[in-house]
Amino acid sequence: MHLMMFIAKRFARLILTILLISTIIFFVIRIIPGDPAAVIAGIDATDADVAAIRAKIGTDKPIAVQYASWLKDIATFDFGNSMITGQSVTKQILRRFPITLTLATLGIILGMLIAIPIGVLSAVKRWSLIDYFGMFLSQLGMAIPSFWLGIILLLLFAVKIHLFPLFGIGSIKNFILPALSLGFARAAIILRLTRASMVEELSKEYIITARAKGLTERLVKYKHALKNALIPVVTVSGIQFGYMLGGAIIIEQVFSLPGLGRLFLTGIYQRDFTLIQGGVVFVALIFSLINFLVDILYSLLNPKIRIS
Amino acid sequence: MNSHEPLLRIQNLDITFKPKAHAVRSLNLEIDKSQIHGLVGESGSGKSVTSTAVIGLLPEPPAKINSGQIIFKGRDILKLKQEEKRKLRGREIAMVFQEPSKYLNPSLKIGEQIREGLSLHLGMARKPALERAFELLSMVGLGESRRVLDSFPHELSGGMKQRAMIAMGIACNPSLLIADEPTTALDVTLQLQILELIYDLQNRLKMSILFISHDLNVVKQIADRVSVIYAGKIVESADKKAIFKNPLQPYTQLLLLSIPDPEKRGKPLKAIPGTVPDAEFIPSGCAFHTRCPYSKKICAEEMPLLKEYKTGHFAACHLLDGNTG
Repeated sequence: MHLMMFIAKRFARLILTILLISTIIFFVIRIIPGDPAAVIAGIDATDADVAAIRAKIGTDKPIAVQYASWLKDIATFDFGNSMITGQSVTKQILRRFPITLTLATLGIILGMLIAIPIGVLSAVKRWSLIDYFGMFLSQLGMAIPSFWLGIILLLLFAVKIHLFPLFGIGSIKNFILPALSLGFARAAIILRLTRASMVEELSKEYIITARAKGLTERLVKYKHALKNALIPVVTVSGIQFGYMLGGAIIIEQVFSLPGLGRLFLTGIYQRDFTLIQGGVVFVALIFSLINFLVDILYSLLNPKIRIS
Repeated sequence: MNSHEPLLRIQNLDITFKPKAHAVRSLNLEIDKSQIHGLVGESGSGKSVTSTAVIGLLPEPPAKINSGQIIFKGRDILKLKQEEKRKLRGREIAMVFQEPSKYLNPSLKIGEQIREGLSLHLGMARKPALERAFELLSMVGLGESRRVLDSFPHELSGGMKQRAMIAMGIACNPSLLIADEPTTALDVTLQLQILELIYDLQNRLKMSILFISHDLNVVKQIADRVSVIYAGKIVESADKKAIFKNPLQPYTQLLLLSIPDPEKRGKPLKAIPGTVPDAEFIPSGCAFHTRCPYSKKICAEEMPLLKEYKTGHFAACHLLDGNTG
């Protein structure tokens, strides 16, 4: 079947992408000046100390051997241990990931829930009140920095009115405000895209056919046009979701959420190379995976893509 | 309704587009039951505006219907409410379009696109409607397997798509099928097949067809009766034989001369000098007088009326009234 073939091809591409990314990261890290062993050992260490650490982390071996073991580590999802705490990087990432995943999922859902209905209605009733409201909302979403929105939301709904908790990660309620501040900016983009896409589809010839068949306006718009209009919306939303999964450093900071963003930020502050390197690979993996899933979803929505 | 009442009668239909484009000018047209009526005209002559008005999809604004009636089965379509018009569309009056690859929804399966009309108009449940869709596809020559039913438009060839489109058109057994240049986008061998298909279907289903084309050759092959439209007005209307053997109106005569004829191979084709007038700048009097080789003084001054000169043969031309001044 077409679809299985398509998925197989995209999966091969996914593997290739990951291999390429890992290779690039490996060499970039080796090109950067400075010896990680010396950094770990500190300024007071002797040459023997540094050599011992080098042997321990494997940087004394030939580059080809290091590369092979790097690929093996990635394949087994082993990003080594933190240079600072000695903890497994994989474990640290996996501990933080659910928080980022919740935040990103909720963020993209809220963003789409705001954007798609308003975008569709804006297109259907062009130059109406709802359309102007939609345009205003998307201007706002693009202009307002999400950290500022986060702070305002916190002040309003957690400090003034005690509707949401100020911090913590205990319940889904903790994630609503940060997801909203994160999702609002995405909503701005998705809203514009939805409106433009829907306007375009409504002007296509097959809409005339649908009307000539005597279909109700509801079917013409929300079945015939919408089905095609949502195709690019799904793709873009998926990519936005991918970005959000990389962690939202500022929003996590504002809402004191111990997500990936803050983990990586800590890593950068402490020059924790293994953590940073693991983080970069992890984010790249997730991003590629999301792209892969979006591609499949896209092909399910748009059968035309499968043959090309 | 007496026995001579045609299925569709368009009377004095007058349509402008804002601000002042005069697309259709007091147009008269009658289509009898079970008749294939060819409507011939150059692009921009008002063919599609007329058919869009018949199926009740003319966007108002920018279009404005100034006067006239479109009597279909005794009811004036122009006076119907939106909902009544909608129920007529696809059920009583159906339409087949020029470019099937654009006029079919790219993300819905062919079966589904046929089914939805059946369910909506005839209240059929999904399963029997899909069964019926398959029957319809068989009627248009796509019945060798159920594959087409489950195909998306892009998986079919151009000819297959047009066949599927026709299946959609005849789905609810309409009394009138409007075919708007249904063969124009296809290559010549396919054109013939589609024409034959439409002809056969008409024979089986006895519906009337308004066959719109810019191509007299195509119309010659399929129509029972032919009307020629120029600048939004019917200038001649007669049985096919009469039109092709004995055209009365100079525009029709010139149009016929511009058809490539195998017997006149090697000789240059005659083209009509000038172009169709812009709907915003229609010449006074007879709109064709600026291009007509026989033009007289009166042609620029008075609009000729569509009159019956022989039984069933209508034309609009001052010359036919013996005007020589």
